[in-house]
Amino acid sequence: MDDIFLLEAIERYLNGEMNPEERSYFEALCKKTPEIEQMVVEHNMFMHQMDLYVAHANIKHTLHEVHSNLRSKGDINEGGELPTRGKIIQFWNKYKRVTAIAASVGGVIALFISGLVVYFSSFVTDPKLQQLGKDLEAVKKSQQYQGSIINEVKSKIPSNARLLSGGSGFLIDPKGYIVTNAHVLRGTGAVVVNYKGQEFNSSIVIIDQIKDLAILKIMDTDYVAAKSIPYTIQKNNADLGEEIFTLGYPRNDIVYGMGYLSAKTGFNGDSLSYQIQISANPGNSGAPVFNKNGEVIGVLSTRQAQADGVTFAVKSKNIYSIVEDLKNSDSAFRKIKLPGKSILKGVERKTQITKVEDFVYYVKAYGK
Amino acid sequence: MKGDSNEQALLKGLANNDSKAIETIYKDNFTMVQTFIISNNGSYDEARDIFQEAMIALYEKAQTESFVLTCQIKTYVFSICRRLWLKRLQQLGRFTQQVDSMEETVAVEEDLVTHEKRNAEFVIMDRALNSLGEPCKSLLEGYYLKKMDMAALANEFGYTNADNAKNQKYKCLMRLKKLFFSQYNIGE
Repeated sequence: MDDIFLLEAIERYLNGEMNPEERSYFEALCKKTPEIEQMVVEHNMFMHQMDLYVAHANIKHTLHEVHSNLRSKGDINEGGELPTRGKIIQFWNKYKRVTAIAASVGGVIALFISGLVVYFSSFVTDPKLQQLGKDLEAVKKSQQYQGSIINEVKSKIPSNARLLSGGSGFLIDPKGYIVTNAHVLRGTGAVVVNYKGQEFNSSIVIIDQIKDLAILKIMDTDYVAAKSIPYTIQKNNADLGEEIFTLGYPRNDIVYGMGYLSAKTGFNGDSLSYQIQISANPGNSGAPVFNKNGEVIGVLSTRQAQADGVTFAVKSKNIYSIVEDLKNSDSAFRKIKLPGKSILKGVERKTQITKVEDFVYYVKAYGK
Repeated sequence: MKGDSNEQALLKGLANNDSKAIETIYKDNFTMVQTFIISNNGSYDEARDIFQEAMIALYEKAQTESFVLTCQIKTYVFSICRRLWLKRLQQLGRFTQQVDSMEETVAVEEDLVTHEKRNAEFVIMDRALNSLGEPCKSLLEGYYLKKMDMAALANEFGYTNADNAKNQKYKCLMRLKKLFFSQYNIGE
């Protein structure tokens, strides 16, 4: 109760609602007790943040209104081919499965034909090949888009939220703690999906933009915790030339990739990450990078534009430091324990994958 | 520069969250940005996101006291959008060819750094508010966002009197502060 009384006094003081007598008394109190003065400074800063937040929220709201206003007036338009509102939506809802299947079939046929073209035209010059590559990219994109629609049908994403971005993540504690990239989590919440397609609600517990790492906690009654995690997380730096592999979700299905560690620093000499040679696609972000013994050596994060296969991974020792940050920030997280024993050493790759795939998740971030 | 006073008035309107002014700026610039993003591997949704983010950046800039825009609104908005879009493309690894255009651009890197910091703060506050739970969240939103007075809030939430509602508000505020600062200090 005292705290509330004090907070009220501070707020009245900052808003200039005190009378002169009270004011001078309060100022004298501040001079005497540095703790109170500290609280005043802190509260002032917080209120400033609150004002900024309110202004930001209001302008966002206005922008949305103006946008839909101008759209309904026809001053701006967003292309007719993607109907989103109005009567058409019912029609769309009714037939979206059919459309999605048709589009996928179309995609497959297109891929097949492209394949045939490549197969039979052995004299294609370089620029043409590139052109074809781009076409494939477009087909893939439309397939991906359709895929996400199919999935939304029974999704745990709140119906008023929009899917903003997707990526991969992996468990570091069987209690449901998942590591992913900070840039994967663009919204206010996330659901995670295992390789069997089961969705779980999760909440974001910490985000570190500098390390580009984040931790999610699965908060779902459907989630059954595994006994232990088969892999460990490496504390030391990995060696140049080490053979590596990754599992992630550039599509709705889990995808395996293999490569090697090509440099001990990342883009422009960034010492927080490694450069690895592996083919990665959007959606691979946040995927674990394993060495051949099945130890996690990094978290796949970005790739260099215009350079094939040049990918970067955040070093695994940063996972230890973000977990440490989390433990220090809140006592509720003291119990997080990173896996201590690997059962993947000297095991065949296929077996390693079946042991690991249970622990790699598809992360879908949403926002309003 | 031509149309200077008119543009100043628009920016003033933007700074005050005046929907008329915002609508004018929106109408004058949106299609240009949309065309740019669509023709560079983007979707309609992405165009809208990027444009609105640029508008927020301009709004933040217009609100600072020392604010002077040394170029046309059009140039500034386009420069911000271009920068944001390049960054987004790089993050997505969707960078297939160099993005170029005939438009004039100005350097906006510094403004974007400020904007990103603000954005990060916004997200932290948003997340803190969202993890508060009800009725705390609505109570605080009612007081600080909708600027309702204590009596009206007490009535809406079913507290017996304004004092009880006020007490509850302070309790919620303390929790929010704790949540906010725990994330904010890590972010620094």
